[in-house]
Order: sequence, then structure tokens, then C-alpha cells
Amino acid sequence: MSTTVTKPRTALWSGQSIPRKEDERLLKGQGRFADDIRRHHEAYVHLLRSPYGHARILSVDVSAAEMAPGVITTLTGREVHALQKPFIEIAPAPGGAIEDYCLAVDKVRFMGEPVVAILAETAEMARDAADLVQIDYEPLEAVVQAEDAVREDAPRLHEQVGSNVVWHGVYDYGSIDAAKQAADRIVKIDRLHFHRFTSTPIECNAGLVEYDPGSGEYTFWCNNTMPQFAAMFMGPALDIPTDRLHFVTQDIGGSFGNKITTYIYLTICAILAKKSGRPVRWTEFRTDHILGGSHGNERTFLDIVVPVLNDGTILGIEARAIDDAGAYPRYEPLGAVIWSQVVSGVYQFRNVKVDYTQVVTNKCPVGPNRGYSRMQHLWMVERIIDIVAHELNLDAVAIRKKNYIKPEQMPYETPNGCVYDSGDYPGSLDAALKLIRYEYWQDRKQSTRGSGKLIGIGIGSTLDSGTNNFGQARIINPDLPFSGNGEVSNVKLDLYGEVVVTIGTTPQGQGHETTAAQVVADILGLNPDQVRVLVGHDNRRNVYTGFSGTYASQFAVTGLGAVRGASLKLKEELVTLAAALLEADPDEVMLRGGTALVDGDEGRSIPFIGLANIVFANNAMMPPSLDVSLNCTYTYRPPFQLPDVERKQGNLTLTYASQIHACVVEVDEETGETKILEYACVDDSGALIHPKIVEGQVHGAAGLGIGAALYESLDYDAEGQMLSPNFFAYKAVTALDVPMMKTAAIESPSPFSPNGAKGMGEGGGAPLHAVCSALQDVMHQSSRALVVDSFNPSERVYRLLHQDEHAPRGVQVISKPS
Amino acid sequence: MTEPVKSKRITVTVDGTEYTRTVEARTLLVRFIREELDHTGTHFGCDTGHCGSCSVLVDGKVVKSCMMLAIQADQAQITTVQGLAFQDGSLDPIQQAFSDHHAVQCGFCTPGMLMATEYLLSQNPHPTEEEIRRGIKGNLCRCTGYVNIVRAIQALGAQEEVIS
Ligand code: FES
Ligand code: FES
Repeated sequence: MSTTVTKPRTALWSGQSIPRKEDERLLKGQGRFADDIRRHHEAYVHLLRSPYGHARILSVDVSAAEMAPGVITTLTGREVHALQKPFIEIAPAPGGAIEDYCLAVDKVRFMGEPVVAILAETAEMARDAADLVQIDYEPLEAVVQAEDAVREDAPRLHEQVGSNVVWHGVYDYGSIDAAKQAADRIVKIDRLHFHRFTSTPIECNAGLVEYDPGSGEYTFWCNNTMPQFAAMFMGPALDIPTDRLHFVTQDIGGSFGNKITTYIYLTICAILAKKSGRPVRWTEFRTDHILGGSHGNERTFLDIVVPVLNDGTILGIEARAIDDAGAYPRYEPLGAVIWSQVVSGVYQFRNVKVDYTQVVTNKCPVGPNRGYSRMQHLWMVERIIDIVAHELNLDAVAIRKKNYIKPEQMPYETPNGCVYDSGDYPGSLDAALKLIRYEYWQDRKQSTRGSGKLIGIGIGSTLDSGTNNFGQARIINPDLPFSGNGEVSNVKLDLYGEVVVTIGTTPQGQGHETTAAQVVADILGLNPDQVRVLVGHDNRRNVYTGFSGTYASQFAVTGLGAVRGASLKLKEELVTLAAALLEADPDEVMLRGGTALVDGDEGRSIPFIGLANIVFANNAMMPPSLDVSLNCTYTYRPPFQLPDVERKQGNLTLTYASQIHACVVEVDEETGETKILEYACVDDSGALIHPKIVEGQVHGAAGLGIGAALYESLDYDAEGQMLSPNFFAYKAVTALDVPMMKTAAIESPSPFSPNGAKGMGEGGGAPLHAVCSALQDVMHQSSRALVVDSFNPSERVYRLLHQDEHAPRGVQVISKPS
Repeated sequence: MTEPVKSKRITVTVDGTEYTRTVEARTLLVRFIREELDHTGTHFGCDTGHCGSCSVLVDGKVVKSCMMLAIQADQAQITTVQGLAFQDGSLDPIQQAFSDHHAVQCGFCTPGMLMATEYLLSQNPHPTEEEIRRGIKGNLCRCTGYVNIVRAIQALGAQEEVIS
């Protein structure tokens, strides 16, 4: 990786790729994941799931199952209806009227929806007993396509809502009408479709849930990645104060956002744990996970209008977006505002009008998925750029450079009041083109034509907006009591001087233990090996906010911001205490290698164990005027204001990491098979705390994006039958599918974060943009078809290559009389 | 006709320790290792034999332990990820290379990936990139894009002597 450093380093440990603290246990099989937890007398859950996409439940008979060997108890939707209040809905009316329970009550709305839970002495016994449950269904007509769901006569999923619409709103910035007036030409695109896929972490969802009748407390040993968000749903649903919900996370085997909405399943386990008096163990199989876990948002863009000048300047974008939330909104409709963090992408156009509708369909509910809600929009923007270039016969690189926001415009305020903190998009593009050997492939493109293969070059950009201002939720529902963001950390000396760090986050491979130790080590004058960072989230440790967790690209800012604040507090206490004991001025005291010493007179020193001793075990020796605890907690709070809800404007996120990807593909004209020949990612995540971890995130995001572009799609038939419910049918990318990508980093420090870092990890969309762009380049040399879907397996590429030249192309260019 | 056998007594050696247990005939090897022996280092991530996170060595050959019944492993020598490190606890060269090259993120695929690598290098100590990719194609990783995993194995392949 070639790193362009734009800021000299002052820290000793931050900025270095030190060995990860997590590695040893993970490499030895000593990691502790949710399914590795064991409790005495535990029992096992098996969930019986709906085989239908949409059906009425006529009857459920669990009597035979309850008599089966080893069965402890069962749970049905009717019982849940009596024991649970519907989960809160984020949407206001109409979507707010949806009633969501942990098991289906009276009706199933997606294939895989849990209907009956069985608890037994072993997992096998629970599964055997499931065969004895009798359920009568009356199948109903399913609605599977979002565009059908909005029709007046469409079957309704939630009758009480009156339609399938969860949320609708119009985002209108600048003046699209004025832009149309000013344009030389108007490019109209009929329809673009962003497909449904998901990141499928290799560790499925799991939990072990205990109920303590004495205290009324539930403990969830689980891999949920936003526990206090889960608590917000579960407390009211179970009708208990949220402090009775004790979440413990440990090692987590990937999440990519997918493990945020597991509160549904944890609620089933909680009810069973109370009912049975047994610790309840639940682990998904992959089929459970794909059928009923969490899918990425599918979005259809219709009637796209793009006013442009003849030189390729894009003046704005108008579109209708229909987002498909699946059967229940759950985390949604937050995605209906989150895309607007990147309303104009990396481009300068300032007139945007998007009419946004979110609907329910008979498919698995969606949830955040790496690049959540922004990649759908950015994909549309990048498709528009390539289609405009294609239709106007402009160069795909030149049109981007013309329209990119320039580094000298940073910080840049977008049309909706978001502030891009820093970045160098043209510089990143140049670096990416160099990595893929752009000139060489431009030549090869010509010489390859006629050989049965075609070469295409593609470019894609993403903005990984990090550290949300949760105030944006009010744009969806003004009554929501959220705004800002924050994370908490505690840094303390333990009784014998050990430095122990606690954070509210739920890392899943991002190396929080390592990077937190780097930050603490720099501040307290230690080696990172001398810093112990506790694994995962545990609300008994009392270190969390409502936002705690690991999602939405924020740890480097909020998590490390909190660690930094707590370390600085501890440092001050250590220095003050040492100064008093050593009879020195605090300004003279420095911390080095676990000892406080007087600068220039190093014989006067006291080790951390001595300082800890005074405070925790020997406090008659405490200097009387001092009040130190050596136990310091700090909440980092980014500087946010409430957005303007009426105008849907405001600063919605703090940092904007950027990724420019470029690729070269080769398409076989006879089969449509697409092979990636070159792939490059140029990432700008601001100041880097641990360059290797950041690069690893870039690789991972790109790998998932390449999978989504060419191999991975969650498909349903017209009846709502899921066609890809396991890894046999859902083709998660293998080592053979992902090329040896090249990476480079540009560091444009964020002026807004405490350490210049930007949140990162979600550049997952960029390969979808880059691969589609390369395929568009291929089509430009052949059928002139438009690439209108984000998913392009061989058969679709083949059809595009051989599209009849008289077939409607789905695009129109209207020249205006000058 | 005689009743089919529903359970059987088996003896297996896992990471150097011999175990004798009576197991249900339908018990998958992965569940035997995880639930019966509590060796939770070996993971499982699918139900179709695609993810490879359950990979172990059975008599020296890499096997997806979810694709084999425990009773089929009777009398076998099994090595799991928990048997890789040296006696003194230090990492073996493959584990070390994965750490050095940041080929571990969440670590969930890692146990299986290490076992697949162990087997690959035992068969082919100096594999090409293509051979490496073929060697681990049955092991899914969702975190790394495989880049650093391939690099770690390339580095091992470039060494003279890999497995001691
Ligand atoms: S659990 Fe064995 S291959 Fe997935
Ligand atoms: S490191 Fe997470 S799946 Fe491979």
C-alpha cells in the first residue's frame, strides 16, 4: 500500500500498524463468540418458520410437540400477543401503525418469519419436536415488487395501515426547475434498480438468554451490535425498565450492520427464559439467517431527469425512489433520510429533488448493511454520470473531473447543509487510474475489439459518511427524541496499577482493542502491551450511551474520542497525584513506561502501582487536598445541532471518508462472463490510527461489493418464495472471485474530529459503481445498452450485449433550442 | 430386519487427547467437537458445507466437520485450530503469518482458514497465487476480501521450510 501522508506524525503509537491485540486468541481458537457461551442447565430453541410469503394462520396446534421427548415448553404467536407489546415503530403514521411481534400473530408476511418456538433439552430434540407442530395456513396473494406494492389494488401486508407505504417524503434542494431551464440538454432515464443482497457475516446471529426472577433482570450473551438500540425496542415490548436488560457481547464474527436488528429473536428467547426458568440458547443456521436475518435495502429509481450543459456539467438530479423495506420496517425508515447525508455524492451539482417512498413487501425485513442507504443513492448518481457521458459521447474521466468537488472547496457545504470535512477526489481518481494502468488498458481496449472479448474501464466513488447526527431521525418523525451522537469510555488504574480500558462498542473485526490501546499508550506514556482493553459491550460496566455499538463508521471518531478524553482525565489525575507525592510541580511530572517521574530529576519517581496503592489500599497517605479516583469516564459528543426538519436540512454526519475505485473488466461476448482484470481502491479516511486495519477494511468492503456486483442476489419468486436461502444458492464470493486489488491511501485529516481521523469501513458500494461503470463502457463499444441494474451476473451481461438495437433503451436526450 | 443403530461408542483423538464417547448416529462431527468436547475453537457458519469455518484435519486431510458424522471419525486423529500452536503456547508459522499480514479481522473464518492453509501447504509447500486461491476456495471470509489471507499464504510459500 502506498500511503501519501499529508501530516507529520507526532504520536508514537497512533499511526503505526502494530500487531493486533486480538490476534493471538483468535488464531488459537480461543476467541469467545456468542455460540461458545455455555450456562449450567441451558436449553435450546428451535424456531419453526413460515413456508409462505403471505398467509393467514388459521390454527396452530403444539400439543403433540409439547409431549415429545425433551421438550420443555413452546411459544406461539397468540401467546406472544398476550405477553408482549408490539415493538415501537420509528415511522410516524401511516407506517407507525404497523404492529410487529417477535412471533407471527394470525398472519405471516414473509417466508422464514418465525411462527412457533420450541424449547428442549437438546437442539436435536427441539428440532424433532418441530415436526409434530400442526399449522394451518391460508395462502394469500403476495406482493413482492416495490413498484407493485404502491398500487392502490395491491394486496396489503398490514391491513390497519391502509396501504403498503411506510413513509413518504420529498427532498427538494436548490431549484431543479431552474436547472432544467438553464440546461442545454435534459437526459431522462426511465428506471434504475438497486438489488437486494446482504453481507452474511460468517458467524450467524446467536444469543444465550437468562432470566433472574429475583431481580427481574435478563442477561443477553449475544452478538447484537447496537445493544442499547435493541433495549429501546425490548424494554417497552416486555414492559420492563430497560435497565433490566443486561447485554454482554464478546468476540463477534462480523456484522456489517446485519446484527443490529436481532432484538426480535432476543425477545423470543427472553420470553422463553422467563417462562421456562432455564437459560435459553439460540443460534441460527445459515438458512435461518438468510431467510429471516436482515437484508440490504432494495431501491428502484424512476423517471430520472438530469439537466446538463453541453460540456458535461451536471446541474442537478430529479428522481422518484421506491425503497423496499421487506415485511416490517424495524430499523426503517431511517434509511429514508440516511441517504441524504450524501445527496450530491462527490459532485458539485446543487439542484436535487427526490420523491422518496418506502414500502413493505412480502420479503425478509431489511436492516443496515455496509454502506447502508447511501450506496443505493450513490450508485444511482454514478450510473447517471456514466449514462450522461455515454449519451453525450463524453469521456468518463473528464466528466467526473469536471463535476467533482475540488479539494480547495473543502470544507464543502452540500445543498442540504451537510459539511464535507476534507478530501481530494480528483487526486484520488488520478491515483486509482495509475494503479489500474489506465493508459495501457485504454490502448488494449481498442486492440481487443473483434477478438470475442471486450474490455471495459470503470470508475466508482463513494462517500463513507461517519458519525451520524441522530437528529436526522426527526426528518423522518419529528416526535423522535433523538439528536447528536456519542460514545463513552472508562480508563482507570486497577488496584495494582494495571491500565484498563472499557468502551461501549461492539467490535466485529475492526481491532478496537488495538487502536484504543494505541491512543491510551500515547497519552499515558505506555507501550500498548501495557494497556488492557476489555472485550465488547457490557452495560453492567456502566459505560454506554443510547448510541453505543459499532455501526455507521464512527469508532475512530466517537469511540477513540471517548478513549482519548478518558485517558486525558486519568493522565491529569496521575500527574496531580504524583506531583503531590513527589513534591514537584505538575508541569514537571511526566509519565513514561508506567512510572510518573520528575522531568530532569528522574530519581524522583513513583510507578503506577504505587499511585494505585495510595488511592485504593493506602489512602491514609493520600495528600489531603486531593480528590482523585484514578477511575475516569468520558463521554465524547460530536458538535451537532438539530437539523431543520421542515426543509430537511442540516449537518447530518461529522466526517466523510471517500473512496475512489477503478477497475478493468473483460467480458466474453459469447457467454457474458465478466472477469475483473485490475482493481484499485484509493481510500481517504483522514488521519490513520492503524493503517493496516484501515486497509483491511478497504479490502473487505471492496470484496463484499464485488460479490454484490457480480454474484450475490437475494431473489424471491412472485409468491414470495425465497430462491437463495443458503450458501448453495446465495453465492457468497470466494477467493477465486476477488482479484488481488491494489490500494492506496490519501490522508486528508478531518478538521472536525478530535484526532483528524474519519470513520470508515463502509466503502462497500464502490465496486457496484465501478463494475457497472466498466460494463457500461463495454456496452458503449457494442449494443449501446444501458446498465440499469446493480446486479450483473453473466446472463444479464449477455442479454445486454445482445440487446436488439431497436429495443427501447430506457434513455432519452432532449436537446433544448439554444 | 434388525433395528438400525441409533448411537455408537467411538474413540477419537482430538488435538492429542483421546476421547471415548457414546454419540447419536446423526451427530455431526462439528457438533461433537463443539458441544460434546467443548472445543469451541472450531466454528460453524452454514448448513450446506460451503463456508468452511468448521474445517479440521482428519487423519491429515482437511475435512469440513459439518459434512461428516462423528461416528465416521471413530479411531481418527483430528487436529483442530486449538492444536496448532506450539507446546509453549507460541504461534505456529501459519498463525504467525496470518497475524503479520493482518489476515484476521473478526476471526470467525480463521480457524477453518488456518486448517485449509495447513493442508494446502502440506500438499504443496510453494503454491502459486492461483493454487492458493483454489486451496482456500471452500472457505468463505466476509471481512478481508481474501487479499491479506492470500498474501499471508504467499509469504509462507516463499519460505524454505514451512511446517516443522
Ligand atoms: S459449517 Fe461446515 S462448511 Fe459451513
Ligand atoms: S476474518 Fe471475519 S470472516 Fe474472515
